Amino acid sequence: MKYFYYPGCSLEGSAKEYDISVRALMGALGAELEELDDWTCCGASAADTSSYLLSMALPARNLALAAKTGMHADFLVPCSACYLNLMRADDHMSHDSRTADLVNEVLKEEELSYKGGLRVRHLLDVLARDVGPEKIAAATKKSLTGLSVAPYYGCQALRPYSVFDNPEQPTSMDALIRALGADVHDWSMGAKCCGAGLMTTKEEVALNLVADILDAAQGADCIATVCPMCQMNLEISQKKVSKMRGKDLGISVLYLPQLIGLGMELPADGLRLDLNLALTESFQRLLAAGAVR
Amino acid sequence: MVHSEARDMHMSASDVALIEVGKNVQACMQCGTCTGSCGSADKMDITPRQLWKLVQGGFREEVFNSRTFWLCSSCYFCTLRCPRGLPLTDTMAALKRIATAEGWFKDRKSPFFYRAFLDIVRKYGRVREAEMMGKYFLALANPAVALSFTPLGIKLMVKGKIALQMPSFSGPGKLDNLYRKVMELEAAQ
Repeated sequence: MKYFYYPGCSLEGSAKEYDISVRALMGALGAELEELDDWTCCGASAADTSSYLLSMALPARNLALAAKTGMHADFLVPCSACYLNLMRADDHMSHDSRTADLVNEVLKEEELSYKGGLRVRHLLDVLARDVGPEKIAAATKKSLTGLSVAPYYGCQALRPYSVFDNPEQPTSMDALIRALGADVHDWSMGAKCCGAGLMTTKEEVALNLVADILDAAQGADCIATVCPMCQMNLEISQKKVSKMRGKDLGISVLYLPQLIGLGMELPADGLRLDLNLALTESFQRLLAAGAVR
Repeated sequence: MVHSEARDMHMSASDVALIEVGKNVQACMQCGTCTGSCGSADKMDITPRQLWKLVQGGFREEVFNSRTFWLCSSCYFCTLRCPRGLPLTDTMAALKRIATAEGWFKDRKSPFFYRAFLDIVRKYGRVREAEMMGKYFLALANPAVALSFTPLGIKLMVKGKIALQMPSFSGPGKLDNLYRKVMELEAAQ
């Protein structure tokens, strides 16, 4: 298992622990991650509000960099927004020759070109289908028995490109969570939106969405996420939405590779749970008591 | 052309752009699946279904005075479920694009945030979160907004999650050439 690794900007900053735990987990599972040299931003949701061509050229630059190396490997992406943008650039360039020509004219400035053909993969896709629950179960050293996990998928890993899971009722995390010995929290909010960038620009709208998700997650010990934006939105507004709804909506939120890493007893510096912004006292007690690890 | 102001045959750039966007939703049959699927719909002044009708009719002012498309978080549920298979999320983005270019916005937060984001990416190739937020607050010139983010900023800094790197004030940006070429090609179209 060898992949191009595209961390994306958030994983260099506010989502450091996601980057660290992805690398630690994939390494422990025997996968080789080759970080894409000189990668740049995918444009996030900003580029498309300014220029369609820019929203194509920014992700395409990274696909072109990978193509240039001549290495044959899938393109592994842990951030759902990056994943969508890279998929979209590849899709539009493959199906619309006018767009492909224009983007390649832009890429000429960087002495690059992209003809399509790279396979962009979300981290969850790779964990669910390339690694698979059997391998996770075999690698689990400390069963997370009794831990109830609410799998949270968010939007852009599932939609509009529904490659590896059901975009309405996703289940790809279920088997991975059970492979760790943990239970899957019964809920229907896994594919609902966290508000994404609206948390910065239209907070009142995003808070409402987050409140619904956190409310439905009550009863679980933690939420598992696969996107830095989802993780951040679910972490940072717990106090605000608790006040808004008049009840405690606090809950621990972990990145999926951190959770799997707990079961595999990866060293603490490969998980960096100290960087998470929402780990409840009861969850920390579970960790300290070794009940989880 | 149905729009009142366009009657005098004087079409603005946003009229022309809106006609182009209208092609995306030409086949909309007003079933309302988009509205029913939208997590932000209850906070919108007009529903997505109503928005498409206005876009189809070229009602420029009604479309761009609405905050509806700014509340789209790109969850793609409407796109997924639209029985006509219309690119609705992309259409919301196209409306943001026209509104930003033409200055059709009352709340400056979204366009200013996106602008700060793209400036930082042009300069460094990647997002530097601290500098980007600083740029955004400066552009907004509203201390209350900046203050509301201070607790989060401190939390992230304590955890070492946002690095305070020295901003570079001069010299070429990492993606200057790419951005310039994009603008050049778009202007030529």
